[in-house]
Amino acid sequence: MTPEVLAAVLARIPYVAHLGVHAELHGDEMTAVLPYSEHLIGNPMLPALHGGVIGGFMELTAVIQLSLQSGDGAPKPIDVTVEYLRSGRPRDTFARAEVKKVGRRIANVQVEAWQEARAKPIAALRGHFLLGAGT
Amino acid sequence: MSHTEPPPSSWTEQLRALAPAMMAASPYARALGAELGEVERGMALLRLPYQNAFIGDPSTGVIAGGVVTALLDQTCGYAVWSALDGFAPIATLDLRIDYMRPARPRESLQARAECYKLGRAIAFARGLAFETDPADPVAAAQGVFVLTDKKAGAELRRRSLPAVEGAGEGGGHEPLAR
Repeated sequence: MTPEVLAAVLARIPYVAHLGVHAELHGDEMTAVLPYSEHLIGNPMLPALHGGVIGGFMELTAVIQLSLQSGDGAPKPIDVTVEYLRSGRPRDTFARAEVKKVGRRIANVQVEAWQEARAKPIAALRGHFLLGAGT
Repeated sequence: MSHTEPPPSSWTEQLRALAPAMMAASPYARALGAELGEVERGMALLRLPYQNAFIGDPSTGVIAGGVVTALLDQTCGYAVWSALDGFAPIATLDLRIDYMRPARPRESLQARAECYKLGRAIAFARGLAFETDPADPVAAAQGVFVLTDKKAGAELRRRSLPAVEGAGEGGGHEPLAR
């Protein structure tokens, strides 16, 4: 999938626009980007990004990565576990997904999200996704 | 063994009254547009009107899992707040979501959560998201929350949560739907 095709696929998904996410594709490596926007703040006193935003962003990252690899039909989440490691500051957030196992129907994916340093993740997600859903 | 009940607190009433302002003060809570439907001690129910902006699968109109995650995170958070005796800041430490089926397009969602164990620094909550029938859930959540201001947390911690008494003795798996 070329970066242009990926951008066109993402442009059709309203939730992608709701969060403001875009994807950077370099070869087979995809980095999802969540640019900071005021509407993503959950706790205005800290301030910190909403936990549901970070969780949703990482889930989206997993779905995009799986779509790049398998292609047929949108993968659907079965279960996800989100671990919050640091509070999400009001700045850009990045995420990368690693597909640990792809079976015929189910994939296991791990995602990490970070801000200023890749080695200091703000959150991690582990989850299972149903592939080729709708069949 | 005599069991001292905490004095009847008006915190639940206050939380019910404060919720619209708390949600209005949180930009993403505002963008999500969930409203507090019910709150009791240790339990909260939120309602989330459908928005086209939530769609994750444009071919069906099914909302993205992240929206359900955000709703359940928020509902579990309100359940924890309602278990306290007053406001204290909390942060999600860990959240597990099981997606049982796609949410029905163009229908509102509700989420009901309970705080089934409250410690001095940590609170445990679980919840369900559904359109109308909790017995036919879209997703289930299990969350762990940190009371980030430990002093306030300890002071505001209730002695017991009668609604889920026995949860620590293996009897804590009562149905969420009551």
